Amino acid sequence: MTEVKENWGSRVGLILAMAGNAVGLGNFLRFPIKAVQNGGGEFIIPYLVCFLLMGLPLLFVEWGMGRYGGKFGDHSTPFILDNMTKRKFWKYFGVFGIFTNFGVIAYYTYIESWTLAYVWESIKGTFIGMDINNVSHYFDQYVDINDGVINLPWKALGFFVVTLAINIWILSKGLSGGVEKAAKIAMPLLLIFGAFLAFKGLSMGNTGACADCDATMAFNFLWEPNFNGLWNFKTWLEAAGQVFFTLSVGMGTIQCYASYIKYRDDIALNAMSAGWMNEFVEIVLGASVVIPIAVGYLGMEWVQNNAGFMMAFKTMPYLFDQWGAVSNVIFGVFWFGLLFFAGVTSSLAMGTPWMGFMEHEFEWGRKKSAIVFGIIVFILALPTILFFQQGVFDEYDYWTGTVSLVVFALAEVILFGWIFGIDKAWKEITHGADIRVPIIFKFFIKWVTPIFIMLVFIGALIKPKNDDWGIAWNSLTSGNGWIFDKGSILHQLFRFGEKTIWFENGHPTGTFFIDMSRLLLVLTFAGIAYLVHIASKRRENKIPIEHND
Amino acid sequence: METSALIMMITVQGTVTLLTGYFFYKVLKTPPKPKPDSFSENDDYPIRKPLED
Repeated sequence: MTEVKENWGSRVGLILAMAGNAVGLGNFLRFPIKAVQNGGGEFIIPYLVCFLLMGLPLLFVEWGMGRYGGKFGDHSTPFILDNMTKRKFWKYFGVFGIFTNFGVIAYYTYIESWTLAYVWESIKGTFIGMDINNVSHYFDQYVDINDGVINLPWKALGFFVVTLAINIWILSKGLSGGVEKAAKIAMPLLLIFGAFLAFKGLSMGNTGACADCDATMAFNFLWEPNFNGLWNFKTWLEAAGQVFFTLSVGMGTIQCYASYIKYRDDIALNAMSAGWMNEFVEIVLGASVVIPIAVGYLGMEWVQNNAGFMMAFKTMPYLFDQWGAVSNVIFGVFWFGLLFFAGVTSSLAMGTPWMGFMEHEFEWGRKKSAIVFGIIVFILALPTILFFQQGVFDEYDYWTGTVSLVVFALAEVILFGWIFGIDKAWKEITHGADIRVPIIFKFFIKWVTPIFIMLVFIGALIKPKNDDWGIAWNSLTSGNGWIFDKGSILHQLFRFGEKTIWFENGHPTGTFFIDMSRLLLVLTFAGIAYLVHIASKRRENKIPIEHND
Repeated sequence: METSALIMMITVQGTVTLLTGYFFYKVLKTPPKPKPDSFSENDDYPIRKPLED
């Protein structure tokens, strides 16, 4: 819209920033845990298929859309989408590309701040000599609202403010001066720390700490080929969800980064390089750290029964302590430092769609955009910190970190492949390409990827109780109706068979906090949509666009 | 470690590592595109253009 102020300093910087956007906490925590929860070797084949049929095509779509938008001076999804079609409502679909980032970063920065706090505590030697119960209790206390002087988790709040300030400061330095520089420092450090920990996981073997405390068993479980997963719908849904989460597709960040690429420059090789770098961190490094080390000291059975996202904080300091006090400090700094770097490179990417939108639509400066971004994130994040135990954190994650991604990805792939047109779309992807993109991806983008995402969306919409599709189907065909899981989108929205009670004995219930957090998210979406509306009016006044419809 | 698990792990991790290395190497070795030498080829215009039909 206005003069292009931002640019990438170098191609390597762009790749590292884009890979940093994708490489996040999900690579080291979510992937191995999803693999364990879905039968290890059963999960890996559907995961790889989803990456090839859905992940890579979506990367091409988002890079292509981004560079196309940048050609016209658009740096955020509302107007990138608007520029690809004559229908005006598409720009409001593009609101997802800013909104999702606000919702995700609000809780993501909070997790990031835990990793920073744990680096600090590791250096201080807090975890030396602690048993597993004490390590677990330490985390519960850290996030407990009733633990502070005046019932506020001051330490958690303090580290959150510092983490947010770091993000705002880097964002205010711009793309090449801030985000790119941070990626050039964080990504190599992340790879070194990750390689070091992965080597430790690979070389652990049998520790003798318990009967099944053998890291080799973890690798057997994760990699033993098992084709049963190919016939399990749930495994496919979980694998597709992980591909979404890990590649940061459906968020609007890739489009924003790609919009600063010159139109003559390649996107195909860039997309492949950043995408595969993310897979390297996930499949090679991520799979070799948390699960094998945990199995090495806690046993296979314990890990299968307790695998969860919080393992990183509730067990790892104890595991590092098994290698001695010095190792506790060194590996603690490596592990939580690695998670911090992975988190920062992703959260910075979440800030750029807003920065791009405000800088280019409202002529705001970088500092102003970054500070206002920080204020909004702080307001949105406060409920996740203060009411963490009431489930506000999980609520944000569900609607913005899961549902919104799928909805937006489905919309953008339909827009790109069908409305913009697959032939034009293919030209966009291959224009200036430094590699020959296999023509099969044209077919994937038009047919396979949208169908895949649609199945994922329907699967999430009507997810049956306990993920048992057979029982739910039998119940439906025998006239007893579909049995929804509490985690299905429809149940979340309509709470079938449950009463909504906000207050009990004068005290707010968990439902009250959940509904208030939903209201906050709806207001955020509406606020961004209103800004898009104003920006649209400003554009019409400045540069009349002649559509032939 | 079980042979089948070992083969699967080496195959998948090896392929991913090779592809990552190959694409990153190609990024490093591909020379930057020359700047356009005519106004019509210059894509650095900052204004929005009307949609083509």
